[in-house]
Amino acid sequence: MKPLDPLPMHSSAVAPDAIISVSGLSKTYASGFQALRNVDLQIRRGEIFALLGPNGAGKTTLISIICGIVNPSTGTVQADGHDIVGEYRAARQKIGLVPQELSTDAFESVWATVKFSRGLFGKPPNPAYLEKILKDLSLWEKRDSKIMTLSGGMKRRVMIAKALSHEPRILFLDEPTAGVDVELRRDMWEMVRGLRESGVTIILTTHYIEEAEEMADRIGVISKGEIILVEEKTALMRKLGKKQLTLHLQSPLQTLPADLQADHLQLSPDGAELIYTFDAQGEHTGIASLLRQLGEHGIDFKDLHTTESSLEDIFVDLVRGRA
Amino acid sequence: MNIHAIKAIYIFEMARTWRTLMQSIASPVLSTSLYFIVFGSAIGSRMANVDGVSYGAFIVPGLIMLSILTESISNASFGIYMPKFTGTIYELLSAPISAIETVIGYVGAAATKSVIVGTIILVTARLFVDFTILHPFWMVAFLVMTSVTFSLFGFIIGIWADSFQKLQVVPLMIVTPLAFLGGSFYSINMLPPFWQTIALFNPVVYLVSGFRWSFYGVSDVGVGISLGMTLAFMLACLAAVWWIFRTGYKIKA
Repeated sequence: MKPLDPLPMHSSAVAPDAIISVSGLSKTYASGFQALRNVDLQIRRGEIFALLGPNGAGKTTLISIICGIVNPSTGTVQADGHDIVGEYRAARQKIGLVPQELSTDAFESVWATVKFSRGLFGKPPNPAYLEKILKDLSLWEKRDSKIMTLSGGMKRRVMIAKALSHEPRILFLDEPTAGVDVELRRDMWEMVRGLRESGVTIILTTHYIEEAEEMADRIGVISKGEIILVEEKTALMRKLGKKQLTLHLQSPLQTLPADLQADHLQLSPDGAELIYTFDAQGEHTGIASLLRQLGEHGIDFKDLHTTESSLEDIFVDLVRGRA
Repeated sequence: MNIHAIKAIYIFEMARTWRTLMQSIASPVLSTSLYFIVFGSAIGSRMANVDGVSYGAFIVPGLIMLSILTESISNASFGIYMPKFTGTIYELLSAPISAIETVIGYVGAAATKSVIVGTIILVTARLFVDFTILHPFWMVAFLVMTSVTFSLFGFIIGIWADSFQKLQVVPLMIVTPLAFLGGSFYSINMLPPFWQTIALFNPVVYLVSGFRWSFYGVSDVGVGISLGMTLAFMLACLAAVWWIFRTGYKIKA
């Protein structure tokens, strides 16, 4: 595959619609490991932003700094216009966090732990609101159950309920569907969409590329502590996605005719397939011309199909390109 | 001031007390009652008065103090260690709550439990021995100050500890010996002069002495010195807690 063209990076100036603004953020742990390197990032109000990256890329460190769990080494972060250090109270009241690990108070009831979370974030008691959250998350029947008696999926819902208990405007979901079954994952996607509809900005990290592809408005890719790309999902897939036409030949070829040899046309190792890569968005795909040329050379095919690269392909290419 | 957060932590911690009633309250009351039966009634009845007070009554303030020290440290250290152990500390760190509010919530709950335990032991002791409280205000003041101070100390231990073993080391290996050697069961005036001097380096001596003074008006050291030492230890603990939150020691990367 040809090397990817560098993408235009986001501006470090605070956009008027930014609800999270990260500027020059770096983090070096006491061990000397540099988890983040001069990160600039802006999250738009009301969007679903998916942060992708391989293990150890710095996703959780970035989220942890924004939420106040980890101290930054350098740089600033603003949440809804409030500096996370100087105005930490105002900033943190806006933020809800569902961490990756299933960290729960095992001996507490669902109701007690959610009530605790709301109070911790400075909100007065509101049983009606907490009831609504628990009902939305199908936890109401379990409100008096101890958390230790719940299934993994239920515990994940409890953590979401805790994060939502103080009515945050920004919700961080760190690997929200890790380890949950397909049905629950679909339910969560619906819930996240519902939250977005109510005006909550969602930032999610995920290993499931299909999750980002399904949910996100914009995609950010982080690798080795650097944001290497921020792009609208649809634009990203259009820009970096590729479409391939595969022709299954009637008779294997030893080699391609000289006038057909090009980067975008490849012969499979066994000579039985021709793979043509083209720009699906382009005015001319070149498919008609290719088929005509093949006919001129007497190269016949018995079947054909096209494939489109997924976000996963794009992600893998991007990260490999940085490796 | 995030009053709702303080209240949430306080209620959450106190709920643990009621949930673990046997461990939190019944257990210290039972063990202290055994001390009264053995030392106060069985052995104490055969011993001479100490500083004009019957031995059974003499050990009451020391035994209450002994329980308060261990309970305060245990409750406060466990209260902050558990969120670290289970990982739920992320919520505390990401909440709009200051260090002082966090400390008020956790230490306030731990100190409340200690005061409850101390009060129950006081009432229980009355079933076994006859005693009077000459200075009730100062008795309550010493009870509360000691509970708060050692809850602060326990909070520091809970932050410092990164294993259950470490959580137990300081209370078992340092505090309990100091409490036993701090005049809970005897007046330090009963010790040889050299050991009397050594005993003055034990901070528990000042706590027990001051507390006992509030009961019977007799003390090993001046009550002003006891008060000053208790306040000094409280300030030292507050300074340590302030440093912990300023640096994020053991709680924040």
